[in-house]
Amino acid sequence: MKRFRGFVIKEFIHIIRDFRTLLILFALPAVQLLIFGYVVTNELKDIRIAVFDQSRDRFSRDITNKIMASDYFIFDGYLESSHDIEARFKEGMVKQIIVFEPDFGHRLMREKKADIQLLADASDANTANLVVNYTTAIIQDYILGLHTDAGGPLRIQPEVRMMYNESMKGAFMFVPGVMALILMIVSALMTSITITREKEMGTMETLLVSPLRPLQIILGKVTPYVVLSFINAVTIVVMGYFVFGLPVQGSLALLLIECLLFISVALALGIFISTMAETQQMAMFYSMIMLLLPTILLSGFIFPVENMPVILQWLSYIVPAKYFIIIVKSVMLKGTGMAFVWKETLVLLVMMIFFIANSVRRFKIRLA
Amino acid sequence: MRTVLYILQKEFIQVFRNRFMLPIIFVVPIVQLVVLVFAATLEMKNIEVVVVDKDLSDVSRRMVGAFEASPFFKIKDFTFSIEEGEDKLRANDADIVLHIPRGFEQSLNRENQARVQILADAVNATVAGLSNAYATAVIMDFNERILVERLGPVTGQIQQVRVLYSFWYNPDLNYKIFMLPGILVILVTMIGMILTGLNLVREKELGTAEQINVTPIRKYQFIIGKLVPFWIIALLELSFGLFVGRILFNLPITGSLALLFLFASVYLLVAMGIGLFLSAVSSSQIQVMFLIFFFFITFILMSGIFTPAESMPDWAIKVNTINPLAYFMRVIRMILLKGSGFSDITREFYALGTYAIIMLILATWRYRKAV
Repeated sequence: MKRFRGFVIKEFIHIIRDFRTLLILFALPAVQLLIFGYVVTNELKDIRIAVFDQSRDRFSRDITNKIMASDYFIFDGYLESSHDIEARFKEGMVKQIIVFEPDFGHRLMREKKADIQLLADASDANTANLVVNYTTAIIQDYILGLHTDAGGPLRIQPEVRMMYNESMKGAFMFVPGVMALILMIVSALMTSITITREKEMGTMETLLVSPLRPLQIILGKVTPYVVLSFINAVTIVVMGYFVFGLPVQGSLALLLIECLLFISVALALGIFISTMAETQQMAMFYSMIMLLLPTILLSGFIFPVENMPVILQWLSYIVPAKYFIIIVKSVMLKGTGMAFVWKETLVLLVMMIFFIANSVRRFKIRLA
Repeated sequence: MRTVLYILQKEFIQVFRNRFMLPIIFVVPIVQLVVLVFAATLEMKNIEVVVVDKDLSDVSRRMVGAFEASPFFKIKDFTFSIEEGEDKLRANDADIVLHIPRGFEQSLNRENQARVQILADAVNATVAGLSNAYATAVIMDFNERILVERLGPVTGQIQQVRVLYSFWYNPDLNYKIFMLPGILVILVTMIGMILTGLNLVREKELGTAEQINVTPIRKYQFIIGKLVPFWIIALLELSFGLFVGRILFNLPITGSLALLFLFASVYLLVAMGIGLFLSAVSSSQIQVMFLIFFFFITFILMSGIFTPAESMPDWAIKVNTINPLAYFMRVIRMILLKGSGFSDITREFYALGTYAIIMLILATWRYRKAV
């Protein structure tokens, strides 16, 4: 035990000595959280819209004003002819062009029917979809306003309540995701690299001939990262609370325990990767390729998994971050307890055992 | 010149000597490309609805039917208590609860208006916003239908605006052809920035840099030797990716490929310059990796790959001036999908050109021959 303690202390010294890496390790979560919280949102804001108004009457102007008054859109200017449409889109700044037919207001008054055409630059399909939906909603609202002024016929009024996130903040989505991403990367990447580093530099041999048992070596390597990752997890929760106003509705203890569990899974995965890689470069590439994009894309972090093709939904089942994100959202934002997340917890446990068992099996006492 | 050729030869041999390198460089990224392109969708297909119909009237049933008929919604369950509905939300078993209160039809008949309640799980605000928009659209539509039925000819008195839309460049809203160039940019950058960065620092860490330092090789020759192989590999990767995209996803290549590759070569110089610079300032692979990692993730997420770059706050847009991925992300999509020409991307081109020069000078300057 004393030997083991000595070894852990050595590892700590190794980490703390490398000041730059340490700085990044701690700055990473903070910066990333800020970026996600403020930058990466699917909320539309300041989307540039041009208007090709062939009618220029009261109604078309009213509708234009109403659309531009929303925070979503910025007025980019009127187009003079239909030839400008293509050119505007190619420049790439304008995302939507609203076309009012000639005599728009006239037809609306006389024939009670008029057309508005929305042309969206759908090279970004997701944004185009949002833009068109939002614009349509604003136009419908305007028309509804006209009706209500006229006395209003039969009307079904939808009343919407946004549960768990009344003000619809994007941070509610991203904080759990960032937490998963950071913990995954810090834990899995760092362990896999430090272990392969020992191999590459030849110091692993020195460790192997020491009286430390393989299990102790691995535990010793891992312990400092458990501490580091846990500090990161706490930082993220605290920042989420103070900067983004994210509540911890459920039990804080449960949340922290789940964090520890996820960190262990990530560390086990890191050890597993290190048994497969011989050089740091390879360890890094394995981690990057197996962890980075899948953790961002298949975990439900940015894009909901339910909408993906079935094969990807199956694939997402082997992404540990997916379960962690569900757990964090449930415990933190919805205030549920173990009764709601035991399945996910169990999956993470099984994953951890799987990775550890396989690593132990593959861990070689002799080098090459 | 001959010296440079020898260094190049050495670098190529080193890269391909490792038998894992080839699959890592070519196979794995392409597999990712193919798989992950499908993942990045906001297309809502299966919004799961729990219906709490307390009215059980003709109208309420038909409204539920309207939801059932919509391609966006899937009725998951019926229940008679809101609490139960909320429980489903909490347990992630449903996305929205549609609550039709008792007396819905009566109120519609007597007072000409009635309320329905929608509870949406808004933890993911975007999805909640979209589900809400779709739900409202279904209800409005249904509203229109019963209006026509009940009032008949009188509807002629109500003003209606038809909103027609057309989606340019991508009429089916196929998100794959939008995501594919984006993911390609990430993969190409990964090769360029990370491989270059790691490579240089690896020589330092293993001590072989010292051996090179004592040779008459000049600094710039050494840097060129480190740049060119990965530059070529990354461009090959880009071609390969485009080819796969073309075959599997029918990726449109509207603009000029020559322009794209011209831009990509300049872009890669920036990415590799950053990689080199970071490796020149670090002393171990772990350090450089974390530095690259930090910038790489930050750059990716701010580049507008998943979310519109225009909607970011002003400070983020300013930060994006030094984000090479933001330029390339914009330009590759413009060229491939919209067929934009050189005049549309002039600003980006010169910006990146300047950037490349600055980064390479910085990297050469920071690289010390002495250890």
